[in-house]
Amino acid sequence: MTEIAARFRQHYPGFGLEVDVHLPARGVTALFGPSGSGKTTLLRLIAGLEKSPDGLLTIGDDVWQDAQHFVPTHRRPLGYVFQDARLFPHLDVRRNLEYGLRRIDPAARRVALDEVVDLLGIAPLMQRMPERLSGGESQRVAIARALAVSPRLLLMDEPLAALDQARKQEVLPYLERLHDALKIPVLYVSHAIDEVARLADHMLLLDGGRVLAQGAPADLMTRLDLPLALGDDTGALIEATVARHDEAYQLTEVEFPGAHLLLPGRPAAIGHRVRVRVLARDVSITLTAAAQTSILNILPATVTGVAAVSASQNVVALDLGGTAILARVTRKSVDALGLRSGLGVFAQIKGIAILK
Amino acid sequence: MFGAENLSAILLTIKLASVVTVLLLLIATPIAWWLAHTRSWLKPPVEAVVALPIVLPPSVLGFYLLVAMGPNGPLGQVTLALGLGTLPFTFTGLVVASVFYSLPFVVQPLQNAFGAITPGLLDAAATLRAGPWDRFFSVVLPLARPGFITAAVLGFAHTVGEFGVVLMVGGNIPGQTRVVSVQIYDHVEALEYGQAHELAGILLAFSFVTLLLLYAFNRRATILAR
Repeated sequence: MTEIAARFRQHYPGFGLEVDVHLPARGVTALFGPSGSGKTTLLRLIAGLEKSPDGLLTIGDDVWQDAQHFVPTHRRPLGYVFQDARLFPHLDVRRNLEYGLRRIDPAARRVALDEVVDLLGIAPLMQRMPERLSGGESQRVAIARALAVSPRLLLMDEPLAALDQARKQEVLPYLERLHDALKIPVLYVSHAIDEVARLADHMLLLDGGRVLAQGAPADLMTRLDLPLALGDDTGALIEATVARHDEAYQLTEVEFPGAHLLLPGRPAAIGHRVRVRVLARDVSITLTAAAQTSILNILPATVTGVAAVSASQNVVALDLGGTAILARVTRKSVDALGLRSGLGVFAQIKGIAILK
Repeated sequence: MFGAENLSAILLTIKLASVVTVLLLLIATPIAWWLAHTRSWLKPPVEAVVALPIVLPPSVLGFYLLVAMGPNGPLGQVTLALGLGTLPFTFTGLVVASVFYSLPFVVQPLQNAFGAITPGLLDAAATLRAGPWDRFFSVVLPLARPGFITAAVLGFAHTVGEFGVVLMVGGNIPGQTRVVSVQIYDHVEALEYGQAHELAGILLAFSFVTLLLLYAFNRRATILAR
């Protein structure tokens, strides 16, 4: 299984969806866009929960829908996690987990129930009824239930959106473990850029029922021609390698093409890959390297573009020598410093978040 | 103490109510399912037709059924063509009439029970490999169980309690169409108050106990559902 090909054209009152995409059938692909962009509809079309008459859908060599065939949802080897967990209220957690498991061919069981239960940390909940679970617990059970059918494709529709911040932080690590432990391709619908930054390997950007772009999240996030770079939480995503630990000051140096950064703490051992996020609002620009400053990370950069966010705010794309970051600055500063493409500047980075 | 006629009427009533209840559950389930989920403009007219027996005088309903099942009525034509004869004044005719008469008491609890099931659960079941029938039996049926129990009990009790429709289409044939309510009427006409008391008392007790059990069960079901 190498690729998912989907072509759908669907019209509802007040909303239309028109997509024709090829997505990688490995890793986590985020379907990202604002509310009403069509990402959930696209996911439901892929699951067969919604029917588009002249649609086309192939998963690797398997045809799930074309002009002659429409494989009904219950015959598609997929797993689906809904925004609301949708556990069966009349079954306890164990029987919720077994619901799908019992309905697949034993020969097709590639995911062991025990393994899934461990992975999601739900062993103590097995005898409980769904009404006695917290939101985070319900969602973990729902994820386990979807995995228990050994899906060849896992569809997740904003699995964290209904949870508060604390519950989100409770479930996110499990999603990351999933990503690392299982070789199941995932389509992950989200409108939260921080989730995409942490989880996604690939990203499909939707708006108004149409595809704006797709590619590596790090590339899309720093493109000034896409709405992503103009949002409030906008910033760059950098895949880096841990290079050194500074024992005396408890700092860690990470490397990536073109530059290196100092981070507090010891997020990982030397040689490990980490994903770091540099928010545009944490980056400021100077024309000369400040000598006496508390900011540790000051990197030479080249301006590659300037775009307006609002009447007062601009976002500036910077190249660190192979890696792109964004800086959020006022329009007044852009004019005062004469920022324009090709100009050599220094990027001062005040904050860096380590994602994993 | 207990007359053979009274016993025969009681047994006939139980038989009628049982057959009607089973038929009604089979007929009302798809109607209730459709009413609970459709967005068609046909929903209000269908709901109104189903509910008609609640407000119509039984004699009106009985009159139309009598005409429809008679040799010149549409139902009568069908049964004649099938070689079944005509239905008025037969047990089968009573069953047909009772099905119409008690339909709303079975459809409405089922419709409410189906409407209360989160539609998303069926989508979830479909993504867990359950086909349409499987979804009905593994998700809808258990979740709508209190609705089915209410529907069955009300359908049974309401059929036991019918009088006017029976008199119109069934007449008063001992062992065939003379159910308890008609038998009581006969006793009173013949001034056999003792016999009437016996049967009336049984019906009163039956109806009270049935409703008591039903409400007690529903109370427990709501408490459990919390």
